[in-house]
Amino acid sequence: MILIEMFDVWKTYPNGTHALKGINIRIEKGEFVYVVGPSGAGKSTFIKLMYREEKPTKGQIFLGGFNVSRIKERQIPLVRRSIGVVFQDFKLLPTLTVYENVAFAMEVIEANPKLIKPRVMDVLGLVKLKHKAKMLPSELSGGEQQRVALARALVNNPGIIIADEPTGNLDPDTSWEIMHLFEEINQRGTTVVMATHNREIVNTMRKRVVAIEAGQIARDEQRGEYGYED
Amino acid sequence: MPVTNREGNTAMKIRTLRRHVREGVKNLWRNGWMSFASISAVTITLLILGVFLILAMNINYFAQSVEKQVEIRVFLDVLATQDHVKQVEENIKAIPEVSSVEFIPKDEGLRQFKESLGEKAYLFEGLEEDNPLPDAFVVKTKDPKQTAAVAAKIKNFQYVESLNYGEGTVEKLFAWTSALRNVGIVFIAGLGFTAMFLIANTIKLTIVARRREIEIMKLVGATNWFIRWPFFVEGLLMGIIGALIPIILLTSGYYYLLDAIKSSFEASQLFTLLPLFPLMYQVSGALLAIGAFIGIWGSLVSVRRFLRV
Repeated sequence: MILIEMFDVWKTYPNGTHALKGINIRIEKGEFVYVVGPSGAGKSTFIKLMYREEKPTKGQIFLGGFNVSRIKERQIPLVRRSIGVVFQDFKLLPTLTVYENVAFAMEVIEANPKLIKPRVMDVLGLVKLKHKAKMLPSELSGGEQQRVALARALVNNPGIIIADEPTGNLDPDTSWEIMHLFEEINQRGTTVVMATHNREIVNTMRKRVVAIEAGQIARDEQRGEYGYED
Repeated sequence: MPVTNREGNTAMKIRTLRRHVREGVKNLWRNGWMSFASISAVTITLLILGVFLILAMNINYFAQSVEKQVEIRVFLDVLATQDHVKQVEENIKAIPEVSSVEFIPKDEGLRQFKESLGEKAYLFEGLEEDNPLPDAFVVKTKDPKQTAAVAAKIKNFQYVESLNYGEGTVEKLFAWTSALRNVGIVFIAGLGFTAMFLIANTIKLTIVARRREIEIMKLVGATNWFIRWPFFVEGLLMGIIGALIPIILLTSGYYYLLDAIKSSFEASQLFTLLPLFPLMYQVSGALLAIGAFIGIWGSLVSVRRFLRV
């Protein structure tokens, strides 16, 4: 089953930068995809198009039954509920505890309050942070913070996890911890699309690799290599 | 397991409404100083606005009561017979702008004249036998502004010897009252706009401080209205609290002012102010409505920019 599909997608920013020039891609349900490439080649734009932070200038994007390139403004929340997003800088709310940060994602989509506590504890168990539920993000290490962010991305049971450089701020050991979590989530059936600069991880934990260079897909290999010297 | 509410449920649940109110109040506390600044801006503006409103309404009241007192005194020819008097009265009544005509026979005129002299009235004792005063009419017009035109018409009637309506003074008074009214309206409109921009700006600051929260809400799929509501509540609260303070101050201030005037200008007819109620109901209603409007408008204008994530 195809989960994400792009047809001839172009993105030109108002300042005239051509970020993407004719992207065609298909991602099946349950896949694990690395998006690699030099900085400024269009990786971030590619990721942002999927969760509709950016709109394509031209072309069609389908994601889990939605035509993301055509949907109305007020349907965007519905698309976002089927996607979990994880960032390099975690984007946690500093005044909320670990538990509250994760529960927040359920509260704001008006989930049944009876389901919130068990579900939040469930995902906190998955990322092994149940015992730190009452702590503030500032009391956690970087890797732990990213695990909270991952729990938040997972809490609403999305079919897809989109991650933009999730290990960019972490040391190698912690990075591996996070990657094992991603792999576990993937094995439970969640599709993962991850933009990364981490050569060691891509070359060790072999998955499909999509390389974007100068706004085009330069390479798309199953069990591919990182392929850059940086 | 249906964890999420995937339908675009437009009817807000009570639970959700409670959350928005709770969040709005919490935000108000959390941004303590900025909320305080916002509320102060509303309070000061509405206080000035309220003072002006009370002033304007009293000036209006004063102008109206003065306008109401404007009347034309028509003095008839001393030689006019009763039939002539009747005819003049018919003629005056026939003028469409006239609202009332009161006949004052010369005896009554003399009595009024003596009364106005007070203690010195004895000087004119015995004049009743040979009353030198003419018969007169007191004419009132429907709209006080028509006084001059009506007076000009009556002047041309037969047997009208002379008339008096305070020429010049009346016109000057009308010019003054309408000028005061216009200045008041301009001032109030200007102050209202200043308040709006002040509040919109302050709420914008509080929203900037919560930019990250909004960003995350958007990313996990909160609807725009879900994000807007707490700010809406916050703005509304700021506007209403900002209005309550001047309402209390103005009501008690006006109460003491009325009290002070009552004791120092005892029985003075010239200087009457509007009673405390319904004036303060009207002013409070206006301030509450303006405060609420300013708060809601300010918050929605400010939040709009941040919803385009």
